[in-house]
Amino acid sequence: MWGFYFQELMHSMPFFFKGVWMTISVAGLSLFAGTIIGFIGGIIRAGRNKFLSAIVGIWVDLIRGTPFLVQVFIIFFILPSAGIELEAFPAAVIALSNLTASFICEIVASGILAVPKGQSEAATASGLSYYQQLRYIVLPQAMKTIMPPLVGQYVLLVKDSSVVSAIGVVDITRVGWLTVQRVPEGLMVFGLVGLLYFAICYPLINLSGRLERRMTVVNTKL
Amino acid sequence: MLESFNFRVIWEYMPLYGQCFLATLWMSGLALLGAILLGIVACAMRMGESRSLAVLAGVYIESIRSTPLLVQLYFFYFGLPTVGIMLPEWLTGVIALILNSGAYYAEIIRSGIQSIHTGQIEAGISSGMNYFQRMRHIILPQALGMTIRPMLGQAIVLVKDSSLLSLISIMELTRAGQLLTSERFMPAEGFLTTAVFYLILYYMLKWFSNWSEKRLVFKEAR
Repeated sequence: MWGFYFQELMHSMPFFFKGVWMTISVAGLSLFAGTIIGFIGGIIRAGRNKFLSAIVGIWVDLIRGTPFLVQVFIIFFILPSAGIELEAFPAAVIALSNLTASFICEIVASGILAVPKGQSEAATASGLSYYQQLRYIVLPQAMKTIMPPLVGQYVLLVKDSSVVSAIGVVDITRVGWLTVQRVPEGLMVFGLVGLLYFAICYPLINLSGRLERRMTVVNTKL
Repeated sequence: MLESFNFRVIWEYMPLYGQCFLATLWMSGLALLGAILLGIVACAMRMGESRSLAVLAGVYIESIRSTPLLVQLYFFYFGLPTVGIMLPEWLTGVIALILNSGAYYAEIIRSGIQSIHTGQIEAGISSGMNYFQRMRHIILPQALGMTIRPMLGQAIVLVKDSSLLSLISIMELTRAGQLLTSERFMPAEGFLTTAVFYLILYYMLKWFSNWSEKRLVFKEAR
């Protein structure tokens, strides 16, 4: 029986690869949008305008304080009643970008704040504008602190993208869920699903670890 | 959207929400307890003398960290019955949560212990302390101070992750929102109320985290 189901599973491999492609496109688009919005948010959060900084802080808290599944449902089910009709795919990308942006925002803000104050004071004394300071002095140094958790965040992004299967996006998890109705070998089907996620996430986790080690070596040398 | 917001229905469903709030609370509480215990065991195995136990713990931690919780949840939900293990749904959910968070707790505890300078342990040895005295008086008090914040951070993640249990039809906060959506077709009322309950838990844990940092963390632990 096991062999028969294994055959069945092998036959549905193309279906699984479609799921992989869906996961990669949802996660990739959200990675792109989330990183840009997150960096802008982080710069505002660490900036001088207290009011804007507080607003960004509240947004981050609201996103961090609620489960991603609830956010997905809110975007998918509630926006239509406000007159914005969304397919599952754009709703998933919006929810995931929003989530990623809020986390990257905190990473970027704490990276900027970790740069010693003397650096920006020296830049001010040299006559650099606020924008020039950010571009040439603060951000390049902050990147060292930002990079390892940023890559770690991308791993979380890939993993969190599994949640959007709940609104019917046919990603790897959804493919597994559909397959298990036909091939009732849960361990085998979701073992395969897990392996596919592992193949995407493990290189990223390694990269994050390597970046972190490299950063600590640099720091101890100083 | 907001002008038609129906507070009466929310009030009507309040007993359900209260019940579900308690369910979320005790299931994540139970999972938290189990996960910390599992984390301690896994960490001790990984850092211990035995090579094979260390490899075992390493495989466990890495495979959990590089696959999504939802896939792990489905793995147990669809997989355990096929090998003849019939568990009630809530138990399957709590076990998945424990196994998931346990891996993260193992890493948190490990980084806490590793952050203690070897000189401290050597000083303990040369003062004639035995292994348990060193653990009790030198390592654990400092490691606890270093790890209390990431531990509470993981507790927040755990509470939010428990929302995924609604996808295997366990009654908890997110499920209450889904019920309101399907019975009355009021997704806004349903999921925003759910979100508010999660935010209450989030702010409580966050407040406790800030408080504990002031009270418990020895800033100059090194």
